[in-house]
Amino acid sequence: MLPDRDEGQPPARELPADPPDLPRAKRAERLVAACFIIAMLAGFGFLVAYGTIGVGSLNAVLHSNLALGGSLSLVMLMLGIGAVIWVRHLMPTVERTEERHPMRSTPAEREAFKETFQEGADTSQFVKRPLVRRSLIAATVPLAVAPIFLLRDLGPLPGTSLATTVWRKGLRLMVYGTGRPLTAAEFSSPGSIITVGPEGYLDNDDDMAKAAVIIIKFRPGEVHYSEGNTPVGGYTVRNWTVNNIVAYSKICTHVGCPAALYEQTTHHILCPCHQSTFDATRGAKVIFGPASRPLPQLPIGVDSQGFLIATGPFDQPVGPSYWERGGSPS
Amino acid sequence: MSVERALEETGNWLDDRLHGARGVRVLLRKVFPDHWSFLLGEIILYSFIILLLTGTFLTLWFQPSMTDVIYHGSYIPLRGVRMSEAYASTLKISFDVRGGLLIRQIHHWAADLFMAAIFAHMIRIFFTGAYRKPREINWLIGIVLLTLGLLEGLFGYSLPDDLLSGAGLRITEGVLQSIPIVGSYLAYFLFGGPFPGNQIIPRMYILHVLLIPGLILALVTVHLFLMFHQKHTQMPGKGRTNTNVVGAPMYPYFMAKTGAFFFFTFAALALAATFTQINPIWLYGPYNPVAMSAGSQPDFYMGWLEGALRIMPPWQWVWFNHTWAFNVFIPALVPLGLVFGGAAAWPFVEQWITGDRREHHLNDRPRNAPTRTAIGITVIAFYGVLWAEGANDIIADHLDIPLYWVTWGARVGIFVVPAIAYIVTKRICLGLQLKDNHLIEHGVETGIIRQLPGGEFIEETRPVDEDTLAVLTSRIAHPALPSGETAEAEVPAPGMRGALGKVRERMYRVITESAPMPDGHGNGHGNGHGNGHAVDGGQESLPAGATSAGPGTDAGEDQH
Repeated sequence: MLPDRDEGQPPARELPADPPDLPRAKRAERLVAACFIIAMLAGFGFLVAYGTIGVGSLNAVLHSNLALGGSLSLVMLMLGIGAVIWVRHLMPTVERTEERHPMRSTPAEREAFKETFQEGADTSQFVKRPLVRRSLIAATVPLAVAPIFLLRDLGPLPGTSLATTVWRKGLRLMVYGTGRPLTAAEFSSPGSIITVGPEGYLDNDDDMAKAAVIIIKFRPGEVHYSEGNTPVGGYTVRNWTVNNIVAYSKICTHVGCPAALYEQTTHHILCPCHQSTFDATRGAKVIFGPASRPLPQLPIGVDSQGFLIATGPFDQPVGPSYWERGGSPS
Repeated sequence: MSVERALEETGNWLDDRLHGARGVRVLLRKVFPDHWSFLLGEIILYSFIILLLTGTFLTLWFQPSMTDVIYHGSYIPLRGVRMSEAYASTLKISFDVRGGLLIRQIHHWAADLFMAAIFAHMIRIFFTGAYRKPREINWLIGIVLLTLGLLEGLFGYSLPDDLLSGAGLRITEGVLQSIPIVGSYLAYFLFGGPFPGNQIIPRMYILHVLLIPGLILALVTVHLFLMFHQKHTQMPGKGRTNTNVVGAPMYPYFMAKTGAFFFFTFAALALAATFTQINPIWLYGPYNPVAMSAGSQPDFYMGWLEGALRIMPPWQWVWFNHTWAFNVFIPALVPLGLVFGGAAAWPFVEQWITGDRREHHLNDRPRNAPTRTAIGITVIAFYGVLWAEGANDIIADHLDIPLYWVTWGARVGIFVVPAIAYIVTKRICLGLQLKDNHLIEHGVETGIIRQLPGGEFIEETRPVDEDTLAVLTSRIAHPALPSGETAEAEVPAPGMRGALGKVRERMYRVITESAPMPDGHGNGHGNGHGNGHAVDGGQESLPAGATSAGPGTDAGEDQH
């Protein structure tokens, strides 16, 4: 890497000591010093701002951020400007040329390396004694696999847990946010949509990540039911509804974002992440976007007190697709 | 002169122990070539240093924990809200630690600048051919660094556990889940069970603050060492050849300039952090898997992958009782694989096609490698369409275009725009080459019209000046194919046989397509090529095996 040079006498001076235009350099010198002094003052300003402006409220943070950031910016800016003026107007311009040598070593060097390497290999007996060599290689095999074993306990095996949610027959639909159950009569204005979760699981993010449900209230005749369990025109809406209230999984079948947007006039459910669009009146079938499956429908009914309940679990896995999902109904 | 003495004594003390006088002197004298585009790499380095400094500050308060707490801090709108400790401690950094918000914002801006500068630096390297032999290893290290940077950024902005970044994690999980055979296992291992669990934040934290930055630091060190060892490339110019380096010595020039540049980088980030808000997590609220807001966007460097997810048609089938979610794993794997894999393979593919195994230290001007430049612009166009599609909802909203039109536009555009970009770029490059040839052969038009004795009017020209001429004539010819002519010769040379040889020959024709080499002096277009195509292979006018036509390109011819 280091070329051979400067053997013997010290070399002659290569760089000029002074810039050609001395009066101009004098002006530049003052300018550089001014920059550095401003930088120093701004630096003190930073310290003062730290000491005097507290935080703890939006306003205080706003002022603190402006004062600290402004002074820090000024310090850096002035140091930069000062250094540039210094380089451009105080340092005399020079251009040097250095020779480049091919990366490739000379044949002699290569030969010498090869010999040294061969010597070492011979002396070590590594090549001559295959028993030692092979047993060493054999010994490293389990070591190489060990890290993979060590990572095994990172998580449980998925098993069938991706296929199920906590919904089961009789669980009430609790309004997300208030945590209260809902009667069919309370949820009466057509076009509205509410996010609900299963009773007792609202505060559990792991459960809610799969069990979040939206219920939508329709006008009579808006929902296109299909007969029995046979899909009609590529969609299924089972008559699992109460008073034209339909419940769909809120978890997008694309990659799992909450499908949170609902357009009342078109009855489209839109996932804000990747714009998969589902038709709520036709079994939440996909009408645009990258999702390929409808949002699963949750069968609902009312209990003896009139509250909305699930009348069973989802009939298929909710959320994004996965390898083992396979031929589950869709 | 006590300073001088103190320095001398320190130097002697060190040299007694380290034997550094000779080596360090050579380092101080080392010549660095200058060009504005060489600063891009420095921006990366300085953003990284600033990231390390500000990141360390943030770790003093950040709690990488998903344990639920009720917030009682000074941001009033969120008081009493259930949230993770990670989110609560990020609020604390923002509102209850002096300078906390500033450093957090500098850290985030620096991450964006880091990635942007990596892209820009990589584009510079590609278009100037600075990745060519002997620098292929550094090019590969760069691609690994880019990949690590993407991961580091993704993990970093996911740490605060706010609604926006949590959605990003949900998407990450959904994408992992879609991968055939191992998908659900990968997701369960990364998240420690079902999403979101309580493991992902602490796991990402240790990867984000230790493992990945450690790898980046190690690779950056190797990257810089190789740059130092192989010496920097230079742009063509007067007196610059393939066997020299022209520039200013590192000490004091480069050190002072690069020091200034560090301050400017820091100043730019500090200004951005002072006056522009970034990632206001308190407005998003804590993560919960049930909520999501419209207009959600990841940081810019993930935008193209987001766009890839959005652009896909819903292709998903059940085969052999297993789900093949092409709509999810194609966008997750294909764009990354194509662009990064293609970039990694390119130097070797180009070498194989052209047979050019010379060392290159003098950079190409982008126009002088029309096909390479066109390919680069094609990739940028591909990236750009995906990136724009990643903001399809924002575009639809702001431009008042129906959302689905934007997506359909991108679905068509992903094929059309790169193709147009390729053709247009190549034509522009070839046109610029012809313009250069004209300047070399006929000189600069002066605007002075002179009447000849015979009555004819001509415009006077003057030769281009030496500096410009050195740049204009920097184009070098490609070595001819091994057979000397083409694979249609009687006995094809080794490497040109069979179907692979045919492919190579065809690609050679495409990749070496250039305007004819300039004639040198003044007599116009004497040597028409057989097929009369003006832009067909400058290599034909050269003797077989020629390695050089321009100045200073005589180093390191094929040594195999």
